[in-house]
Amino acid sequence: MKVLKFLGALTVGSLLSAAASAQTVVRWLHIEPNPGAIRLWEETARDFEAKNPGVKIEMSFLENEAFKARLPTMLQSRDKPHIIYSWAGGVLKAQVEAGVLEEITPQVREHMAGLAPGAVGAFTLNGRIWGVPHAVSQVGFMYNKELMTKAGVDGDAIKTWDAFLDAVRKLKAAGITPIMVGGGDKWPLHFYWTHLAVRLGGKPAFEAALRGENGGFEGPVFQRAGDMMKELVDLQPFQNGFLGTRNPQAVGAFGDGRAAMILAISSFYATQRALSANKEGIPDDKLGWFNFPAVPGGQGLPTDTLGGVNGWLVTKGAPPQAAEFLKHFVSAEVQTRLAAGGFLIPVAKGADTGLRAAFLQNIARNIGASTYHQNFYDQDLGPSVGRVVNDATSELAGGTMNPRQVAKAIQDAFRQGN
Amino acid sequence: MQAVTLASPAPDPRRRSFDASGKLTVALLFLPPAVLLFTIFVMLPIGEAAWYSGYNWNGFGPPRNWVGLDNYRFVFDNRAFGIAFRNNILIIVVSLVVQLPLAMALAIILAETFRGAVALRMLFFLPYILAEIATGLIFSFVYDGDYGLLAAICRLFGVEAPHLLASPQTSMLAILIVVVWKYFGFHMMLFIAALQGLDKNLIEAARIDGATRWQMLRFVILPLLKPAIKLSVFFAIIGSLQLFDLIMPLTRGGPADSSQTIVSFLYNFGVTRMRIGFGSAVGVILFVGCVVFAFSYKRWVLRDE
Repeated sequence: MKVLKFLGALTVGSLLSAAASAQTVVRWLHIEPNPGAIRLWEETARDFEAKNPGVKIEMSFLENEAFKARLPTMLQSRDKPHIIYSWAGGVLKAQVEAGVLEEITPQVREHMAGLAPGAVGAFTLNGRIWGVPHAVSQVGFMYNKELMTKAGVDGDAIKTWDAFLDAVRKLKAAGITPIMVGGGDKWPLHFYWTHLAVRLGGKPAFEAALRGENGGFEGPVFQRAGDMMKELVDLQPFQNGFLGTRNPQAVGAFGDGRAAMILAISSFYATQRALSANKEGIPDDKLGWFNFPAVPGGQGLPTDTLGGVNGWLVTKGAPPQAAEFLKHFVSAEVQTRLAAGGFLIPVAKGADTGLRAAFLQNIARNIGASTYHQNFYDQDLGPSVGRVVNDATSELAGGTMNPRQVAKAIQDAFRQGN
Repeated sequence: MQAVTLASPAPDPRRRSFDASGKLTVALLFLPPAVLLFTIFVMLPIGEAAWYSGYNWNGFGPPRNWVGLDNYRFVFDNRAFGIAFRNNILIIVVSLVVQLPLAMALAIILAETFRGAVALRMLFFLPYILAEIATGLIFSFVYDGDYGLLAAICRLFGVEAPHLLASPQTSMLAILIVVVWKYFGFHMMLFIAALQGLDKNLIEAARIDGATRWQMLRFVILPLLKPAIKLSVFFAIIGSLQLFDLIMPLTRGGPADSSQTIVSFLYNFGVTRMRIGFGSAVGVILFVGCVVFAFSYKRWVLRDE
């Protein structure tokens, strides 16, 4: 009798699961660590499910570094996710060339008119659209006003590299850790070198390097970027043991008020709270921001920005509902809500009215007025060369490579290609 | 009893041929599954890796760009590979020079039966049971220069806590400590098992002949333990060559590649950079190294067993 009951239960169970699998399931893989943002995203997913019966959106999470490491393998498995996170750039290009993505041009072309053209452009290759952008970001210095004041530094007044170095010296003299950095993840350190290069050479220098002109990444602009980064490193501006600190740890520690500055992606505005010990982090009135300082004789404009364009790709063989969901996800209404939560700088036109925090409004203005928005080098240059940029610049920070060796390592990797 | 007597007087030719064909049947029946599994899951992947290592390939689609031995050249030209190789040698040396003697000493003490011996054995064996990733995470907290146990101890003595994992000079030291901590219990257990299997009469005889404790150890026990020691050395070396899962949670091979091992090098430079050909070349090099070592060890050291 018991056996019969058990068998009965099994049959019912399998019938139920058969009914469930008749639904279309869209697997959505993200890297967002902030529970506040996730709550809104989940609402959006449930919203979409309600409007589209028979569709189920399944969210799963991987930590940033784990995501990057596992993606190539994952994309070729049978159970691959349908929607994946992307920073566009060279990694996107490699994925397109490998044929692991679904082109979504016909489905989303009209919808893209409602988004910022620059962001859409980052996901368009040869006129074909491969992904949907949902946020933009800027790299710059986030600072703790209290600690800066204690050392007698005015963050808003830091406009030049020399003033910045001076601030670092003053903070050190006051016994305050000047800068927090997640050097264990390496990419937070590569921002210094790349942003210096953006300031020193602007767009022409990067494009010339890509064409292999002026010595490529071994050229004078990039050598100089290394030299200037070395100037900073020599002041020992980072927290103790910075080469072992992971980025989430560093952002959390900044939120805990353990250092005065952090070279941040603007989205750290929200994560410094989520990752801090008390989950409150640094409140708005004590949180400052200054753009990466200008350098003497730099060819780049002060309005040039380094930052990311973040979005979503649809993998090969995914159901059409995946792209439909993305359209819903970047609709002005959803984007406004996410902007209002302070989780991102939106790309949907008009959604920036949702930005309530002055901090983010400022970033949105910067990006809106940007004369040249350079994508993160480690993404833009592709998976292999990008990693070398990260490796070499973190070795520069650790003192195991000199600026010449850094430039050479990157140029060698670039020449070798993938 | 009857069955035994029936089976034993058997030297007649017909019977022997039946035996042989019986063995053949057994072999034909039971060998294919094992051979098949071995081929599919061992030989094929190795063959594939060797094949991939000739290509410049990012892992997507079929490999097309044949580059011959270039990947091997790139591997040997890579500074980090040199560091990884040196680190593997270092791990082997420490395993042999620190870990095995420590395990042996504890085994000799704990093989005796006294109150608490079994509990102590269990205690020392515990680290080995712990998953590598968990061990790595635990020690990354222990070593944390701000909040870790080590930092707390340092502060107790009024010294500034070092960030062991964050400095190229000390990262390997920190890892070696964990390696010894984690695996000495395993070798200790091997030695205890061997010690308990020793012929007590020999020890008894030595004692009657008036051997001191040291003489007994040096001339009776250690020679008798030789097979166990050889096996232990074998495990220690192969394990050291393949060390990976402790490295990842602790340092991921950094800072500045100072704590790469060959396998973490393979992962960091092959897998995460989508350079499957390059990674395969590292895999092949490691495989050849392990096979050469295993066979020569078996041929020259384990030949009496």
